[in-house]
Amino acid sequence: MVISVAQQETRGTKSEEIEKLTITRGTTLVKRGFARMQKHGVVMDITNAEQARIAEDAGAVAVMVLDKLPYDVRKIGGVARTASVNVIREIIDNVTIPIMAKCRIGHVSEAQLLQGIGVDMIDESEVLTPADEQRHIWKWDFTTPFVNGAKNLGEALRRIEEGCAMIRTKGEPGTGNVAEAVSHIKLVNYEIRKIRSLHGDKQELINIAREMRASFSLVEEISRLGRLPVVNFAAGGISTPADAAFLMNLGCDGVFVGSGIFKANDAAQRARAIVLATTHFDNPEIVAEAQSMIDENKSMLGLDTKNLDLRMQERGPI
Amino acid sequence: MRNSVNIGVLGIQGDIEENISCTKFAMKRARRRGEIKVVRYSEDIENLDGLIIPGGESTVMSSLISVQEKVFQSIKRRISEGMSVMGICAGMILLSRKANDRVIGKTKQNFLSALDIAVERNAFGRQNDSFETYLNVPLIGKGKIKAIFIRAPIVTEIGIGVDVIAKFNEKIVAVKQNNIVATSFHPELVDDRFHTLFIKGISKI
Repeated sequence: MVISVAQQETRGTKSEEIEKLTITRGTTLVKRGFARMQKHGVVMDITNAEQARIAEDAGAVAVMVLDKLPYDVRKIGGVARTASVNVIREIIDNVTIPIMAKCRIGHVSEAQLLQGIGVDMIDESEVLTPADEQRHIWKWDFTTPFVNGAKNLGEALRRIEEGCAMIRTKGEPGTGNVAEAVSHIKLVNYEIRKIRSLHGDKQELINIAREMRASFSLVEEISRLGRLPVVNFAAGGISTPADAAFLMNLGCDGVFVGSGIFKANDAAQRARAIVLATTHFDNPEIVAEAQSMIDENKSMLGLDTKNLDLRMQERGPI
Repeated sequence: MRNSVNIGVLGIQGDIEENISCTKFAMKRARRRGEIKVVRYSEDIENLDGLIIPGGESTVMSSLISVQEKVFQSIKRRISEGMSVMGICAGMILLSRKANDRVIGKTKQNFLSALDIAVERNAFGRQNDSFETYLNVPLIGKGKIKAIFIRAPIVTEIGIGVDVIAKFNEKIVAVKQNNIVATSFHPELVDDRFHTLFIKGISKI
């Protein structure tokens, strides 16, 4: 089997016997497996139950609950925290697709409460204001899987070692500009190709592990697999069907869309079009058809990533 | 070639690549030759001997293949003509007659109605309740196999002609009806034994 599974951790897992059958929750296979089921899908940022239903009807693979969309976080400023518990509960009761929610980087208690109310995946996200400038959450302690952002391979490997089950590019959230997400996925892919070419050269791999501040065993695993042991999604700045198709063509396993949908003036139609383009990313005719479902005049205006006051991708510990 | 078969993995959404690589191993083990590819359009489905519908989100898959009415009809027709199909988790839901969600109740999905079963979606609960365990599947051989349940469905009703091939805690989690097999757990995340069984059972049509 080519699917690799890192050593199973005992922390964060719960075993119990049901009529002499032992079942174990929160194992690496169960967490990473959940992330694999999201592949080729679109996860949409939403702030209430109404938007959640629009997203589900449009074919979202999951919804991501926030208090404010990244664009508004940027505009309003202040401290961005996890969404209201009551809003998340209402959304849980209203849609059948998985529900993800964001917590602040390092904020263990926000993550525990999200696990407690039953969200399906937690995004330890730089879109919210980091709560710990030194450390990320030790995610092996949780039965709920986590997704983390990464700008390069070293960051991705460190997050995987902390127990995250899914990686996404950081991009530059709330800008409607894909340029940063594109450079992140290209860099990760380039670094993986480089490590792959060194397969078998343990000394060189150990040097890379030291450079990336990651374990040798994980670096060696990457050189053997030629890819991350978890899925890698695109996120940060995607706002049109063509953006989604572009990132899928660059090798992303799926797509997160933040402000791009509900900050546009044609949310339902646009959501549907992005889903279509993500599934048929390698078929230019269908991508064109999807792109024709939206009106560029209705796209969010967007921001140039060069002159931002706040670069979210650079927040928090690295 | 007598033994050569065409296998497709439905490439709408879900763990498509995992099923492709698993099927490659299964073909070797079953000593069969043939082609394995991702299928998405009705013309791809026409010459298949076997189709795998992977795990993923059933609402997404059903809404996307319903738009492509031709794909939906091709799959249905090919199944009735004897094409072998394996449905995993979301794939099981798509193949079924009807499904209820544990929390929401009735859903707006379309079904292929090829497999005479009714299912309950998310029957074990949310992701926190997802689990791995070991199951007896006599069809695969002696010894227990590892089974990964991820927001998994269960089979609540079966028609005449549907065989139960695995149960978990008295709940039906794998079934077979002539050329169709469906599981609520994910064999592709563990090893290729289930896929090998599927490949061995495919007859050239």
